[in-house]
Amino acid sequence: MQIDNYLIRQTSLEKLFNNLIGNGKTVFAPQASEKRILFEKVKAFSEITDNYLVTTNAAKSVVFPRTEKLFSYKKTKETTEITDASTEAVPEVVLWGTRPCDAAAFIPLTDTFNGDYPDILYNNRRGKVYLLSFSCATCDEYCFCTSVNGSPGNTAGSDILFTKLSTGDYLAEVITEKGKKLVAENQTLFEAAPEEEKEPNLAKVKTYFNQDEIQAKLQNLFENPVWDEKSRACLGCGSCAFVCPVCSCFDIQDEKHGSKGTRLRCWDSCGFSLFTLHTSGHNPRETQGARWRQRILHKFLYMPDKSKVAGCVGCGRCSRVCPADINILETVTSI
Amino acid sequence: MNNPNIYIPYLMRIEKITQEAPGVKTFRLKFENKQEAEEFEFKAGQFGEYSIVGVGESTFCIASSPTRKGYIECTFRQVGRVTSALASAEEGDVIGFRGPYGNTFPIDEWKGKNLVFIAGGIALPPMRCVIWNALDLRENFEDITIVYGARTVADLVYKHELEEWGNRPDIKLVTTVDPGGETPDWKGEIGFVPSVLEKVAPSAENTIAIVCGPPIMIKFTFPVLEKLGFADHNIYTTLENRMKCGFGKCGRCNVGEKYVCIDGPVFSGEELKLLPAEY
Amino acid sequence: MNELIQKAKSLLESDTVQVVIGYGKGSADKTRAIFLTKPEDCDQLLFDSRCVQNLAVYLTKHEIKHLGKPAIVAPIPVLRSILQLAVENQLKESDLVILGVSPESKLIEFDSFGAIELFLNAYKIQIDEKYKATIDKIKAMPVSERFAFWIKELEPCFKCYACRAACPLCYCPKCTVENNQPQWIPAASHLLGNLEWHVMRAMHLAGRCTDCEACYNACPMGIPIHLLTKSMLQDVEEHFGPYGPSVGKRNTLSSFNPDDKESFIR
Repeated sequence: MQIDNYLIRQTSLEKLFNNLIGNGKTVFAPQASEKRILFEKVKAFSEITDNYLVTTNAAKSVVFPRTEKLFSYKKTKETTEITDASTEAVPEVVLWGTRPCDAAAFIPLTDTFNGDYPDILYNNRRGKVYLLSFSCATCDEYCFCTSVNGSPGNTAGSDILFTKLSTGDYLAEVITEKGKKLVAENQTLFEAAPEEEKEPNLAKVKTYFNQDEIQAKLQNLFENPVWDEKSRACLGCGSCAFVCPVCSCFDIQDEKHGSKGTRLRCWDSCGFSLFTLHTSGHNPRETQGARWRQRILHKFLYMPDKSKVAGCVGCGRCSRVCPADINILETVTSI
Repeated sequence: MNNPNIYIPYLMRIEKITQEAPGVKTFRLKFENKQEAEEFEFKAGQFGEYSIVGVGESTFCIASSPTRKGYIECTFRQVGRVTSALASAEEGDVIGFRGPYGNTFPIDEWKGKNLVFIAGGIALPPMRCVIWNALDLRENFEDITIVYGARTVADLVYKHELEEWGNRPDIKLVTTVDPGGETPDWKGEIGFVPSVLEKVAPSAENTIAIVCGPPIMIKFTFPVLEKLGFADHNIYTTLENRMKCGFGKCGRCNVGEKYVCIDGPVFSGEELKLLPAEY
Repeated sequence: MNELIQKAKSLLESDTVQVVIGYGKGSADKTRAIFLTKPEDCDQLLFDSRCVQNLAVYLTKHEIKHLGKPAIVAPIPVLRSILQLAVENQLKESDLVILGVSPESKLIEFDSFGAIELFLNAYKIQIDEKYKATIDKIKAMPVSERFAFWIKELEPCFKCYACRAACPLCYCPKCTVENNQPQWIPAASHLLGNLEWHVMRAMHLAGRCTDCEACYNACPMGIPIHLLTKSMLQDVEEHFGPYGPSVGKRNTLSSFNPDDKESFIR
């Protein structure tokens, strides 16, 4: 689709925000607190921070909540009555302030929840999400989007991508139908495209590796000491998976309250020792090294083999939060 | 499934419960909804998610043959939370079922061949489906041999069917129990499945071998089959890994790049050799 | 530092130990746990104020045990954890070599758990004044306000269990939260599931926690869960006297004696 370029004044951003809220949309945006910056539901423009590299958590919970009802049930002596959770109304959500890596993550995420078995719960939510991303002007040593076919100004996945220009105003690239709809609803705020180029306003993210080369190398790397070596300090928690914008492994859990209850989908992680444990006590992934290998192979080999898109967008969140300082970039570049 | 929400189970009424062995039961399940019953189709080798709402889901194969219409059967051992809840269900109770999932045994390709079924313990159920499937189309196949072993005589499942198969002239049935697991009147073999198989020594000529059992049994049975002259592509097995969704999303059952839930559970010996030992 | 490196080298050279668990350079300006098996790699060891991860957590991990007998770089929080693990029969003196590090960054060798205890007598666990003030403030809240406070604090928890994974005393192969027959604690990370998980965690550490703050440091969401364990520490002290792991003594809350003030015991 043809990308339409506009200029949006710094002062107009707040107006756009207010219009979105006024139109009944729920807006999630980066909000700063002492220890973290999270995508949170915001009511006022002033609650949003623009002083962040990436948020601590990923935006995925908007489409893949950490605990999500699949259905509810009511049981009587005679029978069981099931109420489908996918028929419940889903709000229109604007994700404001996603980074290009965050937006790109929705592509593999959507792949996972589709294929032969389209997941209507996910698709309902995804269909109602508008991604209003902001290009990156800064990066750090954990960022590696350019190694996984992304970039600090990548438009893939976003509906509109804003890039701050030297004037303080923004270039708005309108990428999708959804984006065009928002522009149409806010016509007065979008002015003729600026002359200033986008590129000089973007962060310079170092390219450490080439995804295609890594994918080729991983084909024959199942048995390799690198997995144990690089995961030796791994504590076996799920923080890497839970802050990852692409990770979508889940558990299914029932909750019962008397004769009623729900079946829930809950986030799960391949880093947990119980993830693959058989009832017999046998565990096909016995060690943390085997689990780390699964994480890397899934992202850099299995997913791109299956759907052409890697399961990693190079946001670096997993490495930033890891309590044992296990660094995904370090593992991949050591291959 | 008819429901667009792929997590919603069919409601199935338990028509009949058979106690197979200590802690092992077979349920015969009928669809609550007539239309669902009519539309439901599956093939040998496929599995499903059986559930008690409020407790959870558990994965097992469909143990009845697709040639027997109107119901499905499952056989399970009471081990964890869900199987314990299932075990306490009674005839007439309603349980949940999602499926069928996974690939199937290529039974149509086996026309005109000999079949050797090799199973251990609670792994007879996935095999029972394909055995009955073959027996109901008996004229399509040449010799049928079944080698089945369990830890003890009491642990042998489908005892009535074993008797029936044993009495049929068109089946060669060999049952065995582990040393020490026999009873005074035990007339079958004593020994582990791989060594009994070696003794039975079915001809590999124009023969398909189907192996189901715990990973350790599979590990020791494959070399015996090789010794008997079976080519990898004439051996089939089913893998069992921990699963939640059954359709390739929850992310835990993969063996290397292959998901047991969608690429399996049926794998040929040839395919298995290409997979890492992650099962 | 040099002293520590030389000692680590000689332990590996003489095959007294097969692995040295210590701190090395991490990503960005972080340090990280490193596992050295070759004497020539010992130069990677470092120690400074950034080395806050509690390395004792690795002593009970099967992947690390698999490497052979360890020597462990042990500043005070690690020493306390080692002693507590010894109290809980998780470690024997012959299991490891302890490379103690004093607050002045000097190497101190210990030949017994008793020697560690003696050394630690000079460094009793003391809750920081700033935390005391925060805890007092929370405790002074009316119940509903206190409840609201914790609900809000625990809301971002997505149950990655980094708090549990980083804690040297959470060594159970199967945690209560994973027990599903019955399901004591909801597996989901909703309001109730989060609340029950963190209350249970704090309760299981009461009288055992050595206040290393590994749980808090590990939390990707920066939730002040260490306030719960610190508060439990205060309560234990108030009711049972000064707390600190001691060889030969059992855990405060899993032992009793006739002098306990509760009457049910008599």
